[in-house]
Amino acid sequence: MEELLQSFIGESWLLYVILAVPPLVFILLYALVTVWTEMKVSAHMQDRVAYMYTGPHGLFQPVADILKLLQKEDTIPAAADKTLFRLAPFLVFTGTYAGFAALPFSSAYIGSNINLGVFYIVAVSSIVVVGLLMAGWASNNKWSLFGAMRSAAQVISYEIPTALALLIAVMITGSLNLQEVIRFQDGGIFNWVVFGGPFPLLQKLLLLPFTFIAFLILFVAGIAEVNRTPFDLPEAESELVQGYNTEYSGMKFAIFYLAEYANMYLVSAIAACVFLGGWSSPFGDFMSGPLWGVFWIVLKGFFFVFLQIWIRWTLPRLRVDQLMYTSWKVLTPFLFVCVFAVGLILVL
Amino acid sequence: MSAVRTYFRDIWMALFTVTVGMRVTFRHLFVPAVTLQYPDAKLKLPERVRNRLYVNIDDCIGCDQCSLACPVDCITIETIKSTADQDLGQTSTGHKKRLHVPRFDIDIAKCCYCGLCVYPCPTECIVMTDVYEFSESDRHNLIYNYSRMTSTEIEEAKAKFKKAEEEAAAKKAAAVAAAAQKKQEPPKASS
Ligand code: SF4
Ligand code: SF4
Repeated sequence: MEELLQSFIGESWLLYVILAVPPLVFILLYALVTVWTEMKVSAHMQDRVAYMYTGPHGLFQPVADILKLLQKEDTIPAAADKTLFRLAPFLVFTGTYAGFAALPFSSAYIGSNINLGVFYIVAVSSIVVVGLLMAGWASNNKWSLFGAMRSAAQVISYEIPTALALLIAVMITGSLNLQEVIRFQDGGIFNWVVFGGPFPLLQKLLLLPFTFIAFLILFVAGIAEVNRTPFDLPEAESELVQGYNTEYSGMKFAIFYLAEYANMYLVSAIAACVFLGGWSSPFGDFMSGPLWGVFWIVLKGFFFVFLQIWIRWTLPRLRVDQLMYTSWKVLTPFLFVCVFAVGLILVL
Repeated sequence: MSAVRTYFRDIWMALFTVTVGMRVTFRHLFVPAVTLQYPDAKLKLPERVRNRLYVNIDDCIGCDQCSLACPVDCITIETIKSTADQDLGQTSTGHKKRLHVPRFDIDIAKCCYCGLCVYPCPTECIVMTDVYEFSESDRHNLIYNYSRMTSTEIEEAKAKFKKAEEEAAAKKAAAVAAAAQKKQEPPKASS
């Protein structure tokens, strides 16, 4: 797509603007759909019905919510650090959005086809932590600050399992470019890294337990990185009101919300890309192609988003020490073993 | 060695219990919702619910029993006696009506729906209904006036009663005077 556009409009800033737009449009549409889905799923899990009045089955409720948020008064606490306070939500969203740049949406479209895609996403999504800390500090509110500190500690601890799990996929596929990673797994469901990758049977069977564990851990760490239940300590309502966004209202709050939902898709899509073959069809050549690619990756992404929603409305929240225990004493050692084993198998 | 075993058992338990919980929530995803979408659908109320009061003023004999029974004094009743030449008719329970009821107000905002006013009523004209949707934006609208007498009717009834009373008083005075006169007359025949 990049080449095609380049042949039309040449090398100009317009090219980059056009390339940057699809993820944004996607995020906005996706957020509408997911907010609705989350409310519906949570309601039905509790034998309720959720939105019913705005449109058929409340389909337009998210739109109405946005309209409401737009009209809300945008309050800034008197004692807040005004510049940082204003900047924080946008920084959080920027970090997430920047992650989308290296996320492939089909074999033909990726925002920026960089060679260090995986590494870039891991690195750039750390900006989110800065944004959260900024929000917590600038609010000048004890709940916000506690939320932000917890969030920073959590995101940084879980960055390590995430990076290690991604490393396993990178070791197997031999590339950091997400398009290459996916192309490596092309050709049906059994070529996916989670099932051991496209190797001879014996090697596959040997790899399978380790890749599966790595995949599981990546998913768990992903939930922790987006601060969702059971790892939603930064915004633990029962103890911290609303965590780092306690003082936010109106559109700024909406941006935080949007960033959270976008982040949910980001971690889901990365897991889908490196372990479940991204845009490649599970049936080999059947239903594959650039357009089907969009369908497959969005489907896989949404599956994990649904899984996150499902987990959120099932599990209670962890304690801070349990959270750290999980990351440092369970996920990380397991991944060390996996990395070692996968390396050994690949070398032999 | 046991520490290692607990470590792995804990991990296994964590994973296992998560799947148990997730199975439960997934099953409930397909359980029909119990929500009743209130303004569209309503629960059938039990037969003897206590909600808004209703007074059938045609049957009220103005005995003030209900007002006395009310623990929060939210019923205000005023009455005017009828005169001998007026016939206010009977209630449906066969009680003779002797009093006009120019004012019968219930401040339903104060009412605690205890139902104590209902029992003493001799004609069973103050009753609980099953109407519960009567919110108002001004609480003064929650004072219900049940009396149907117009102000002229009230004036008339009052005037009539006053006249009758005056007449009665005059009669009484005349009677007293007559009696007094009788006393003054010397007894004609006393033996
Ligand atoms: S229901 Fe109770 S509170 Fe209400 S008017 Fe009757 S006696 Fe008073
Ligand atoms: S008790 Fe019944 S009859 Fe007596 S005043 Fe009350 S409503 Fe009227």
